[in-house]
Amino acid sequence: MPKKYHIDTKKIPPRLPKTGKFGIVDWREDCARCHNCVKKACVYDRYRQEMQYIKDLEEFSAMFFECMGCFSCVQKCTKGLLALTVNPQYERMGNGYYTPDIILTTWNQAETAGIPVSGAGYRGKFTGSGFDSMWTDMSEIVRPTRDGIHGREYISTSVDIGRKPKLLSFENNELTTVLPPLVDLPVPIVIDMFPEEYHFPSLTPMLLAAAVNTGTMVIVDWERHDLLGTYKEKHLSNIAFYVGKDASLPTPEILGKLRLIEIADGNGIEDRIKEIKAVNPRLVVAVRVELDSRGEGRSIELARNPAIEAIHIVSDINGNQTGVEKPKFIKDMTRHIHTALVKDGIRDEVTIIAGGGIALAEHMAKEIICGADAIAINMPLLIGLECRFCKSCRDGFDCPAKIESITAEYGAGRMTNLIAVWHDQLIEVMGAMGMREARRLRGETGRALFFEDIEEETFGRLFGKRISA
Amino acid sequence: MEGSLARESALKEILPENTAKTLVPQAEVAREVRPAPPRYRNEIAKYIIRRSSDCTLCGRCARVCPNGVHVLKPGYKLFSAPHLNVCIGPSCRKTDHYCIDLCPNKALQMVENPMLKAMGDYRWTPDMLMATWRMAETGEPPAPEYGYEYETGASGGGFDRLRFRFPEKPPVDLLDDEIDTSIVLNRRGDGRPQVKIDVPWYGGGMSFGSVSNVVQLSKARAAVAFNTFTCTGEGGYMERMKPYDDHVITQIATGLFGVREETIQRVRIVEFKYAQGAKPGLGGHLLADKVTPAVARMRETVLGISLFSPFPFHSVYSIEDHQKHMDWIKHINRQTLIATKVSTPNDVDMVAVGSYSAGTHIVHLDGGYGGTGAAPDIAKKNIAMPIEYGIVKVHRFLTDEGIRDKVTLIASGGLRTPHDIAKAIALGADGVVVGTSELVALGCIRCSRCESGRGCPRGIATTDAELASDVDLEWGTQRIINLYSAWRKELVAILKRFGMRSVSELRGRTDLLMHLDYTNDVETHI
Repeated sequence: MPKKYHIDTKKIPPRLPKTGKFGIVDWREDCARCHNCVKKACVYDRYRQEMQYIKDLEEFSAMFFECMGCFSCVQKCTKGLLALTVNPQYERMGNGYYTPDIILTTWNQAETAGIPVSGAGYRGKFTGSGFDSMWTDMSEIVRPTRDGIHGREYISTSVDIGRKPKLLSFENNELTTVLPPLVDLPVPIVIDMFPEEYHFPSLTPMLLAAAVNTGTMVIVDWERHDLLGTYKEKHLSNIAFYVGKDASLPTPEILGKLRLIEIADGNGIEDRIKEIKAVNPRLVVAVRVELDSRGEGRSIELARNPAIEAIHIVSDINGNQTGVEKPKFIKDMTRHIHTALVKDGIRDEVTIIAGGGIALAEHMAKEIICGADAIAINMPLLIGLECRFCKSCRDGFDCPAKIESITAEYGAGRMTNLIAVWHDQLIEVMGAMGMREARRLRGETGRALFFEDIEEETFGRLFGKRISA
Repeated sequence: MEGSLARESALKEILPENTAKTLVPQAEVAREVRPAPPRYRNEIAKYIIRRSSDCTLCGRCARVCPNGVHVLKPGYKLFSAPHLNVCIGPSCRKTDHYCIDLCPNKALQMVENPMLKAMGDYRWTPDMLMATWRMAETGEPPAPEYGYEYETGASGGGFDRLRFRFPEKPPVDLLDDEIDTSIVLNRRGDGRPQVKIDVPWYGGGMSFGSVSNVVQLSKARAAVAFNTFTCTGEGGYMERMKPYDDHVITQIATGLFGVREETIQRVRIVEFKYAQGAKPGLGGHLLADKVTPAVARMRETVLGISLFSPFPFHSVYSIEDHQKHMDWIKHINRQTLIATKVSTPNDVDMVAVGSYSAGTHIVHLDGGYGGTGAAPDIAKKNIAMPIEYGIVKVHRFLTDEGIRDKVTLIASGGLRTPHDIAKAIALGADGVVVGTSELVALGCIRCSRCESGRGCPRGIATTDAELASDVDLEWGTQRIINLYSAWRKELVAILKRFGMRSVSELRGRTDLLMHLDYTNDVETHI
């Protein structure tokens, strides 16, 4: 039996108090001194922990950071002195797309590597924009396999990056088709480069370590390869160097050892691919395409070119098309590209990696359903390092989470945990769908429910035309 | 295909005729509304009244307020904590007892409670939580003066965007007593009992382990009072449930925990749980901490070891397999009805028809947004369709297939109020299953921490003896009876406005609904 894909994880506690959702306002001055303080009776022992925290405090920070919001102390206090409120610091986190809830759950997942679990049903909006406008399907009786407890144990999350032949040719029972090179990833996640404003020097080796721990690849700008230090030579199979339009190629020695390389889109990419292939014909070349106003069309055009093996489409960090007044969302652009390639009958020949706006594990599953073979992430990994998305760094101020000073063990460990728990959640979704392979999840829009379609099918027939979003 | 019913008659000779008859005397619980005050010292209120240092303790506010908001106990110099939950807020301004204006020193100030921001969520708004607590306390729908906007939540879709198109005047003037809210659960005409429940809802499956003994029993006793049902959930049948046998649905889930012939023979409905809305397609996982000696004994498992209920039934890969399961139960208990609980996948309509073909009496759809117990967040939000779509899809398909009146369609998964229930029925369900609302009646505040450590800090979803002792059986029973009573009154009021004598007249009447996001210019209904 082949070795099962497994990511080793361990709990990596936060360095700073979490910015929790709830805060207790404590009006101490009217305390009855009843000696029966409800704080002591907190089911979660939060008050005692908080006192310990204050005792050890080195500097001012958030208090009551892990209150669970059960209101028990508020409602049991003899004098009714306590009040619970939403922590304003919590509400300020994020950028609108990366909401406080997304940031908090990412912190927890990076800490514990555990799938987030909660009770009392779903609490959110009925539907929303972007990835929140679709649901994944499930099956009542189909399991991924008949083995194991849930059948999930044998789900494969492997994907292949590269060009696949449309058909195989044989002569005298011998395969005559020359099989193109493929990069096999055990999980459909590639670690992408970070936007310049979020980058810091010690980040790159940590990203590489996370890629090594999880068996995936990290995209590193070749012009910054020095940041990898001595690790570079040892782990070239986990690195995909990105080569900008005007940048020179890596040395032939390095090209010879790489599995995947990414080049910027532009004129003369065919010549550049030939140049790379001349050194290492087994090296898979991906073309990075910005999803601006031309991005979708350009991706489809590239896919029709037999020289192109993989296309990495990139939106902005919030999943939006760039440089247009009314941007489309990554899921819709991916679906458009995927559908066009299906119509052309060439979808299986080229690999699409999609990046930008994939903030949660559920987004990964949905993006693959919409047509990506694999996804590329960066910002969720940064959030896993306790980034609050406060933009201080972007504005040139010090990072309140002191991310530049993290240790390699902490950084790589938290990012490894996050990828591991995303992998686990992908398996949960696929298990519910009764699907056994991530490769087959790609483009399975028939196994998803899109809000606009199901609304029309259900309510459109009953209530006429939809007039508002 | 009509299941195995034809073959069943031949087996009458070899099987006992009346296996469902319990030997335990059945408990009686009066359907009587009695006050069941909140159990916390400081009840959360929509408005708070602040008393400044200008107060001279003259006591006028306490004297004028007919609701008893201000408490100045005899012999005490200072006011006790006010009973803010009975304050009707700014609507009191129109009365002659508005304490804010009547205070001679203007020492009182009324503001909306800032804590409400931290309470509830899009689906269960603070108003909806407080209104449910109020109904559980009084047995009456909250008076309009309280200003609770509780008929819809703030989720922005589904039930929350549907409204009834009430006629200006009821077409027929009916008395409350003339309106029938009962529904029949067996429509197959297969010779099994015509089980009828007095209200178009029953209690959802919550196992011992996921909730406390007292919570399960409170639900069961309320079910007796309203001649409806409660469900054991997976994990078996407590000895203490036996006096309520006639109102208990026992569940057969994929782990088969606690499934015994003896318990199947006691009940009038057996439910096969294929999936559940909280975690469609994911099976169950009872954490080791919750496998206490009592839970382990009932489930016949080992203390402190996590229990997995696989997904789906390992023995079911087709409708024929499903039928085989039902045959098994129907032969063990020749009087029982079968309910089949499924989630809402894309092909839920086919699932429902298949289940009917296999011989089920009740198709129970559990939509993706529901659930009471712990579940992965990714499943709660993303997997399977919301129940609003599922009901329409299945009702439409069963109608097209000509079998709509041969099966009872029950919906669950995020139904919170009597208005949701009425809307679900108008969309095409016969009745509904409720769960979270019952827990809210018992004081659940939806903090979502059902799975953490010792379990629910409110003493509901826990097996921790100390925490569970917060809920008293008599009190819990009364709270749910009161809630049901208020709901029934609301439902009757809705039917009355439509001039309907029976809730069954409302089924599938989508022409009586409108959607706030649509043009609503379609004349026909399903």
